[in-house]
Amino acid sequence: MATNGHTIDDAINGLKKLLSEKHDLQVVAAEKIKQLTAELEATKSDGFNPVQRIREGFDRFKKEKYETNPTLYGELAKGQSPKFLVFACSDSRVCPSHILDFQPGEAFVVRNIANMVPPYDTIKHSGAGAAIEYAVLHLKVENIVVIGHSCCGGIKGLMSIPDDGTTASDFIEQWVKIGLPAKSKVKADCSDLEYSDLCTQCEKEAVNVSLGNLLTYPFVREALVNKKLSLKGAHYDFVKGTFDLWNLDFGISPSLLS
Amino acid sequence: MSTTFDPIQRINDGFEQFKINEFNKDPDYYRQLAQKQQPKFLMFACSDSRVSPTNILNLRPGEAFMARNIANLVPVSNKERYSDIGAIIEYAVETLNVEVILVIGHSRCGGIERLLALPDDETSYDFLDDWVSVAEPAKQRVIAENPDASGEELQTLVEKASVLDSLKNLLSYPYVQSGIEANTLQLLGGYYDFVRGNFQILETVTV
Repeated sequence: MATNGHTIDDAINGLKKLLSEKHDLQVVAAEKIKQLTAELEATKSDGFNPVQRIREGFDRFKKEKYETNPTLYGELAKGQSPKFLVFACSDSRVCPSHILDFQPGEAFVVRNIANMVPPYDTIKHSGAGAAIEYAVLHLKVENIVVIGHSCCGGIKGLMSIPDDGTTASDFIEQWVKIGLPAKSKVKADCSDLEYSDLCTQCEKEAVNVSLGNLLTYPFVREALVNKKLSLKGAHYDFVKGTFDLWNLDFGISPSLLS
Repeated sequence: MSTTFDPIQRINDGFEQFKINEFNKDPDYYRQLAQKQQPKFLMFACSDSRVSPTNILNLRPGEAFMARNIANLVPVSNKERYSDIGAIIEYAVETLNVEVILVIGHSRCGGIERLLALPDDETSYDFLDDWVSVAEPAKQRVIAENPDASGEELQTLVEKASVLDSLKNLLSYPYVQSGIEANTLQLLGGYYDFVRGNFQILETVTV
């Protein structure tokens, strides 16, 4: 329906005319058309357009942060030297960039279900091991912080595994079983608590299990003993709006017998 | 340990900033979020401190379920070796019903850099080399197709090829495959270049 010259045909014809006059624009145009097609393909029936959301988000970041801090971003482009390695849950509500206001360059971050640190295992847990190894040995981070949180679906899943250990999921329960020692402890120590309070205790105790698991990595122990690294546990409660932080103290004493 | 940087103070200040500027300013939003999360995205991003999607895509809490690992890799489904990745995908797709999985690669990725240094580099790691080898097929493909590429140009090509491989590997998860077929899920591959300051969509996978 050609009412004001702005139909799809008019737009395409206008573009074709321009490109026939300016051949050197063809490569740029091809790239832009590809991006536009991706954007249009992605539009859902409810109007949610993920490509547009991504584009708008990046444009905002670029305008408000990237272009207003050229010194910082210039330095960061050359290399990173974060002081923190952070383990946080994949939960959309607990990103460390939000809750601890981490800016680019501050924290090397691992995010997985229930912010678990598995024990040293080159077969079963190479992803986590690689991140810890790279952060401690290559980046030489000074602090590892494991952050648990309220209403954690992963911990709820752990607490829901029946006593005979049967699982219904492909991966989830297998993964959260890393936290089984925490579940046993809270069920034994806090048997009088309401279920939701039991889960909260388990969220915090699972952080301690993860801190203990960090000690199974020799390079972590070495850095701790040399006082180049500290391990901290934390719990973010987004119902109450609070943040708890605690230390794991670890050291090897000099010989006790002489 | 450096004497001027106080990590406890930094954490305390950071949380204070969040509470003052975000949490306390929109109590309804955060109360609703505390009840339930309904993110539309699952995002895979590198653990690199410079590429948090929250920062570079200006996300709000609640928008994206996040997986972060070295070199933003998605390996083929493997219950024994990669239960962490499987659990994230299973939960995001089956429980949270996310609509989009976005994998974000980036410039100057240390993981990809390490992959390219192999097998010649003599430093030995317990975990790192085995992990980044998930992207070995991407490396081999790029080298075969670009025999003259080297240095940063080669690394960029591998960073991007690895994102495309991750999208393919996502399809090895049955819930992802059926989500695509039912048109309830789509996959996107992105690339953040923090040297030039741009963000590209590399690929879309839909029904």
